[in-house]
Amino acid sequence: MVAALEIRNLHVSVEDRPILRGVNLTVKQGEVHALMGPNGSGKSTLANVLMGHPAYQVTAGQVIFDGEDLLEMEADERSRAGLFLAFQYPVAIPGVTLANFLRQALNARLKAKDPDSKGISIPEFRRLMKAKMDLLQMDHSFAGRYLNDGFSGGEKKRAEILQMATLEPRIAILDETDSGLDIDALRIVSDGVNKLRGPQLGVLVITHYQRILNYIQPEYVHVMLDGQIVESGGPDLALRLEEMGYEWIRARHNPA
Amino acid sequence: MVVAKQRRRTSAPAAPGYTLEDVKALSAAHREPAWLAESRVAAWEVYEDLPMPSLSDEDWRRTDYRHIRWSEAETIIQPNGASVAQIPASKLEPLIGDQQAGLLAFVDGQVVQREFSTQMAGQGIIFTDLLTACREYESLVRPNLMTKAVQPTEGKFAALHAALWTHGVFLYVPRNKVAELPFHVVIHNTRPGASLGHVLVVLEENSQATILVDYTSAPTDQHCAYIGATELLVGDAANLQYVGLQDWNRQTYEFSHQRARVGRDGNLDWIVGTMGGRLVKAYMELELDGLGAHGRMSGFFFADGEQLFDHDTQQNHNAPLTVSDLLFKGAAKDSARTVWQGMIKSLPKMQKIDGFQASRNLILSKTARMDGIPGLEIEADDVACSHAATFGTLEEEPVFYLMSRGIHRSDAELMVIDGFFDELLQRIPFERVRERLQAAMEAKIIGM
Repeated sequence: MVAALEIRNLHVSVEDRPILRGVNLTVKQGEVHALMGPNGSGKSTLANVLMGHPAYQVTAGQVIFDGEDLLEMEADERSRAGLFLAFQYPVAIPGVTLANFLRQALNARLKAKDPDSKGISIPEFRRLMKAKMDLLQMDHSFAGRYLNDGFSGGEKKRAEILQMATLEPRIAILDETDSGLDIDALRIVSDGVNKLRGPQLGVLVITHYQRILNYIQPEYVHVMLDGQIVESGGPDLALRLEEMGYEWIRARHNPA
Repeated sequence: MVVAKQRRRTSAPAAPGYTLEDVKALSAAHREPAWLAESRVAAWEVYEDLPMPSLSDEDWRRTDYRHIRWSEAETIIQPNGASVAQIPASKLEPLIGDQQAGLLAFVDGQVVQREFSTQMAGQGIIFTDLLTACREYESLVRPNLMTKAVQPTEGKFAALHAALWTHGVFLYVPRNKVAELPFHVVIHNTRPGASLGHVLVVLEENSQATILVDYTSAPTDQHCAYIGATELLVGDAANLQYVGLQDWNRQTYEFSHQRARVGRDGNLDWIVGTMGGRLVKAYMELELDGLGAHGRMSGFFFADGEQLFDHDTQQNHNAPLTVSDLLFKGAAKDSARTVWQGMIKSLPKMQKIDGFQASRNLILSKTARMDGIPGLEIEADDVACSHAATFGTLEEEPVFYLMSRGIHRSDAELMVIDGFFDELLQRIPFERVRERLQAAMEAKIIGM
């Protein structure tokens, strides 16, 4: 059965300030959606609240993931259920190597399925890491580096997609994965995502700019404004936005 | 900001109830050579002239030990049927490599296991308990025992130790000899009371050794005291790796003086792990005496419950071109308290010295308190000396990040704390020592 992420009338506040004001959106496995919008419209808030960041309070609405109430789950349960967020600003964790971290993440999945699991063997893990790193044209020495510590912007984004490739989520949210990337890095990251595309993966690409959508082509495009999705359409909507700017959307929805 | 100095009204700490008769009785029971018995009596006189340190002394103002019940803690532990079987087996396994040059194990101050490679002995290397060494190697012990590194005059507890030390270790490596395999010392107490242990390491010119000393004691509900001294004498161009791991029971009050002297082009890698005890006051002083001497000090500590750890370090650059590098990393949870105060000093005109110290503190509860007080006293101008102290809590962002990849909160927290210590653990070149420290740390974290 195809899993779906269904966001229904979601209202979210940060420190009692409403940010999301009734978001409705459904992303299914196998689909690629883009969520566009100006800065401050609530796109990243949506990404973080879906992953379960503790700083956000859901004040109304529901999120159903594969038939389960997502909002009742801790962040780690959401991940193990098949949700993934590529962070806009991945946090550095000194002292924890990328390899050690990914192995623990994989083992947490194996143990959740089978409490007696001994986890992935080290040789098997090494093979898996190398294959996934090659997919993203990452030097193998990356595995021994501390997580995001001293990584360049492009390296951080590649490391996020590496995690996505390794953890094989059912629904992945890419939060401004394109921000700050030069064209070469953008191409590598997008290629990586495209190689993972398929009937098992649903993707929600959150972006301010249309550019990444030239590489990761969506079937659906949504526009967020002031905490609500105000327009939905096909890929042509992104092109119109690029041409006419967000003011065009704003004028349509907040006539002065 | 101006901080008004407050006069504290404090009652002076009580002293243990020892007398000169105890000192003499100890010497007699040990059948000690006269020079040693005399040095104990001389130290006793120093002891009697010194006051008990109190909160009005600068280096004791954060460490109040007045709750020690000397009536229990002063009783010198008497071995009774001590045997190696009383030591947890895991403590006897080599911690450095698979083989060791020697093992010396004490239970309640009595030697219960003595292993020493004949090949090493054939090279003139000596590895034995300190009392035996005092009897058999007077010419090597007497000039070095509490004369060059730790001296009775430097404090009440140093003097008390010199007067009443109960047991100890002597490692001697002659000139140009290399002990490739490590030495392992296990000091374990099964009974409550006082023990006064001594470590004396003498490395002659261009020699090399690695030694690990492991301190443990069985749980008890009575107060215990450990009044220790560690003396590391590293000769010219000699190379010493010293690891001290302390995991006393929770009723132990440790007062220890540890000092190393490093000669010209000598090198010392000094590692300590502090996990146990009720209260620890440890002076650790590095004297870089010879041109180009190099010393590295790495401290790992984790305090929980009601523990108080006070590490007082000094890096003294007594010669030009000396290099010191100190890193102390620790955590505190529950209502534990930790103090690290460090000082880098140089004598005048000691140019081209390079001294560094960093104290990194991770505070894991609202009721824990950690102090880190770096200090520099440099009387030369062509130097590179710096210090840093940082304090942080367990942050939610990294924990959330790890959780977002499917890792349980408790494992995520453990990973972040592990990560904090990694920089320190990377300085320890012995895998099993790292594992031991990690396991002790994880046990404390899980006890949250």
